[in-house]
Amino acid sequence: MTRRTHSRTARVIVYAVLLLATAFFLLPVYLVVVTAFKEPATIRLSTAWQLPESWYWQSFVIAWDTFSPKLRNSMILTISATALAAILGSLNGYVLSKWRFRGDNIVFPLMLFGMFIPYQSILIPLFQFLRDIGLYGSLQGLILTHVVYGIPITTLIFRNFYAEIPDEMLEAGKIDGAGFFGLYWWVVFPLSISGFVVVAIWQFTQIWNEFLFAVTLTRRATEPITVALAQLAGGEAVRWNLPMAGAILTALPTLIIYIILGRYFIRGLLAGSVKG
Amino acid sequence: MRRLTRDRVTALLMLLPSLIVLAIFVYGFIGQTFYVSLTNWGRDPIQALALRPQLEFVWFENYGRLFSSVLEARFRQDLVNLVFFTVFFLGGSLLIGLVLAIALDQGVKGEGFFRTVFLFPFALSFIVTGTVWRWMLQPQGGVNVLPTVIGLPPGEFTWLTSRQRIWEFDWRSIPDFTAAVVALVLLLVAAQAWKGSRRGRAAAYAVAAALLIAWVASGTRGVELLPFPETKGFNLALIGIIIAAVWQMSGYTMALYLASLRGVPEELRESARVDGATEIQVYRHVVFPLLGPITLSAMIILGHISLKIFDLVFAMTGPDLATTSVPALLMYIRSFRANQFADGAAIAMVLLVMVATVIIPYLVTSLRGEVRR
Repeated sequence: MTRRTHSRTARVIVYAVLLLATAFFLLPVYLVVVTAFKEPATIRLSTAWQLPESWYWQSFVIAWDTFSPKLRNSMILTISATALAAILGSLNGYVLSKWRFRGDNIVFPLMLFGMFIPYQSILIPLFQFLRDIGLYGSLQGLILTHVVYGIPITTLIFRNFYAEIPDEMLEAGKIDGAGFFGLYWWVVFPLSISGFVVVAIWQFTQIWNEFLFAVTLTRRATEPITVALAQLAGGEAVRWNLPMAGAILTALPTLIIYIILGRYFIRGLLAGSVKG
Repeated sequence: MRRLTRDRVTALLMLLPSLIVLAIFVYGFIGQTFYVSLTNWGRDPIQALALRPQLEFVWFENYGRLFSSVLEARFRQDLVNLVFFTVFFLGGSLLIGLVLAIALDQGVKGEGFFRTVFLFPFALSFIVTGTVWRWMLQPQGGVNVLPTVIGLPPGEFTWLTSRQRIWEFDWRSIPDFTAAVVALVLLLVAAQAWKGSRRGRAAAYAVAAALLIAWVASGTRGVELLPFPETKGFNLALIGIIIAAVWQMSGYTMALYLASLRGVPEELRESARVDGATEIQVYRHVVFPLLGPITLSAMIILGHISLKIFDLVFAMTGPDLATTSVPALLMYIRSFRANQFADGAAIAMVLLVMVATVIIPYLVTSLRGEVRR
């Protein structure tokens, strides 16, 4: 990739910028890890940056004990809501890209608007609705919420993805007598695997990290990990080893996905800007 | 070609459930929020939590109070906070993202490593970021004691607990300020028209600008927002939240810019170099003009995230600190802590209008090009 010739000073400046930025991005990580491994009694503000005298694992054990039910909630929530929204999005994207109809260019933006709205503007009726149907405070209610508000983005990603499949492939299938579902199952779906990976990663990250719905629509027993972390870290006079260990536990699933499947992650991120 | 075959009907039927659900959950619920914002839900504590509350219409009273009641000063400061937060968050993320993308585009060693490092915060929850940066910004620790590691004196700024406020202004001067800005824009448009030798139009814009300036200069306040002066300003405690937000999102702008830079054809740069342009001139005259569209997209996406910012502030300073509060947070407290649902709904509608003014033009323009295909 090195096509450009640079003077020595230019190269020094480039690397200096990159190293400085690396420090900016990684210093918080260092501080979190160091704090999480310190014995609570040895944590002092003035020596925050020093390495722990001995590596102390107990904070993770305690954090795991308090967090494991919440991690379980988050897992159930995230996996089911992601799967359902992905399936719906795939079908919608298929219809909107391959079975276009009169007025689809009005319907589609109207659907997309739903992913940009501040959810505060639907929160009170949503809260009433879930209470009326008996799902307020339950994990099912939160799953329903995330499926519904996940439909616009999953539809968008799949629609852009399917637009790349040449119409001729479907025409060929039609000549062979395949109908709506036949074409989906035999032609479109086999080509959608990487589309599903992009959507799954994107939704998993979004839902795992979400907080507003989680804090307003759940109760103690059903709250996901982000709510638990906010409570653990929110109290006055906190012992910082626990919030830091908790932050690491909360961050780990999405971080692992990001590091292993980064390529797909970036594709999802670029798909977020409407044109795709 | 678009005959109504059985498959077409099936296709529509498959889409229909999603459409109905979104029609209810997005548009129906927005409508209901608007309705709630016109009522007195929450005024009467007995009705507040009733399953079927008896609501009375008060029309736009809730909105009126938000903007002109002495009791709602916090909402107005929240709006001011949001404006400052948005400006610095956008500016910071775009600038850092662009600089990093350009640096990575120079064919550096270890590009993959740097990219991973710069983008990883984007995979985190705002709650994690907030928790981490709250610890980073402890007045007697974190960033402030970092200089002592290499023997320098510690930092003094109290970050999130700071009570300092700069750039103070009277809330009542907002109409004057708006008029002045509009007048300035009109003058610029007039100058453009004059250059394009459309004299008549230039004169019209200039007269409009002059009228506005005259109105401001005359000091007559046609619009009386508040009976008393109310000082607003930039709360310095917001700086910490801005830094955390930039830390989380500048990798995202970097990724957008990098994708865009990689899309600039090498021949274009090459031909500029053949014409004797230095590397800096290549960027100024060839590359930067091509980054306009992606910058606009990034501004809109970051802008709507910024307007909705809630979890980061919640995690960093808690829901109750007024100096760093934003409307999205106030809406949550009003509705779900204080059961003032009508007030909460009104704040939510203000928020929705702000986001919609950013998002609707974006959706319309970016989809219009496609549809013509």
